[in-house]
Amino acid sequence: MARTQQDYDDIPGTFVFDAERSREGFGINMFCMSLMKDANRKAFKADEAEYLKKFKLTPDQTDAVLKRDYNRMLELGGNIYFTAKLGATDGHSFQQLAAMMTGSTQQDYAAMMLGGGRSVEGNRSRSGKVAKASKASAKGPGKAKPKSSGAKSSKAKSNAKSKSKSSAKRK
Amino acid sequence: MAKIIAGVGSSHVPAIGAALDNGKTEEPYWKRVFSGFEKSKAWMAETKPDVAIVVYNDHASAFSMEMIPTFALGCAAEFPPADEGWGPRPVPVVKGHPALAAHIAQSVILDEFDLTIVNKMEVDHGLTVPMNLLFGQPKDHWPCPVIPLAVNVVMYPPPTGHRCYMLGKAIRRAVESYPEDLRVVIFGTGGLSHQISGPRAGLINSKWDKSFLDNLSKDPKKLTRIPHLEYMREAGAEGIEMVMWLIMRGALDDKVDEVYRFYTVPASNTAVGHIILENKHKAAKGKRPGAAKSAAKSKAHGRKLAAARKTTHRIASKGTR
Repeated sequence: MARTQQDYDDIPGTFVFDAERSREGFGINMFCMSLMKDANRKAFKADEAEYLKKFKLTPDQTDAVLKRDYNRMLELGGNIYFTAKLGATDGHSFQQLAAMMTGSTQQDYAAMMLGGGRSVEGNRSRSGKVAKASKASAKGPGKAKPKSSGAKSSKAKSNAKSKSKSSAKRK
Repeated sequence: MAKIIAGVGSSHVPAIGAALDNGKTEEPYWKRVFSGFEKSKAWMAETKPDVAIVVYNDHASAFSMEMIPTFALGCAAEFPPADEGWGPRPVPVVKGHPALAAHIAQSVILDEFDLTIVNKMEVDHGLTVPMNLLFGQPKDHWPCPVIPLAVNVVMYPPPTGHRCYMLGKAIRRAVESYPEDLRVVIFGTGGLSHQISGPRAGLINSKWDKSFLDNLSKDPKKLTRIPHLEYMREAGAEGIEMVMWLIMRGALDDKVDEVYRFYTVPASNTAVGHIILENKHKAAKGKRPGAAKSAAKSKAHGRKLAAARKTTHRIASKGTR
């Protein structure tokens, strides 16, 4: 049941969509794929929980979809190119989704991107094992720690802000 | 004999397509991106390839989770633009080159690359955005037939960089064993650094990108040794799609002329990278490839290369807003 540990689990704030998640998340992703058709989007919007029953999701997966907890969906096997279709069904732009996943406002997220994006410094490794990251990881690894998006929002928000400032300096 | 004359690397950010389709190219944000491709369009109009092979990835458009082919070669006569949720992009239907595609499939499979053959497929922004960037926005038809090669980079693991590079070499052997005199340009698309999923979304690593472009040009074998973990850690979870550029690079000579490069951050969530590499023996336009052997021709060829080197433009701009 427990997920096999992988070397890439050390990358902070990242759920690698590997073969194991692909198997687990088949239902979520096929549900998202179904939203490419307008009739399905309407049926889903009319009764979300009922519509989801067609896709054999686990209770946790169903919960994540209903709550629009995008990070949890990724953790449970959703793939971003698929879950983005759910975002589009809700009328969100991709950047809005990205902001949600990083626990940031869209404005702050957009400002971070214009400032050169999120720096890799301090964001390489959760364990701090990667040499290049050692300096930055003194601030504490896992600044972009994978957790449900809601709980972390204020912390991640301030993180995004400080990043955009530091990369603006690089100009 | 058909010949690969040049390779093009280009990002395929969907928002670039949306900016084109919604007439936003003159807005300062987008002008910064599109201005980097003006010289490329001129180069492409001058180069006039007979066929383009475009290495790209599908984004849950043609392939859902029902089938995940690692390498899928488009052998159809045409490939309609896919509806990615906002209606199909208003671009011409992509015409294939079924004869050359079938030849490539047969050749590389016997060369031990077990491709999936696709005879019916819609193509998404992964393919059409780089085509717009290099061919502009033609109304009715693209200037040349296109052979799409879709690579799985959505589900981990994608093929290794080394595997991609070697596939490029096999594609080159395939093209060179095709009897018709065709001048072929190969595209590697996607990247550069970006992460669009999870709490680390927004990651950009310009330093890493620049070194990738440098090595792509001068020392591609070095790139073939980069493990997936490093791509994901340094260039973002989705930055791993840069392995597709190595198929393009593998199909070229070991030593190439870098005739153009462009890099800017950001387009939406992504670092935009672009490079044009020419084989040293790129056949002159409209000439039989074999004719380039004569001394007079090679002298003229040398002059052309010198001229090309002179007009090399390296632009490295950053977001200015």
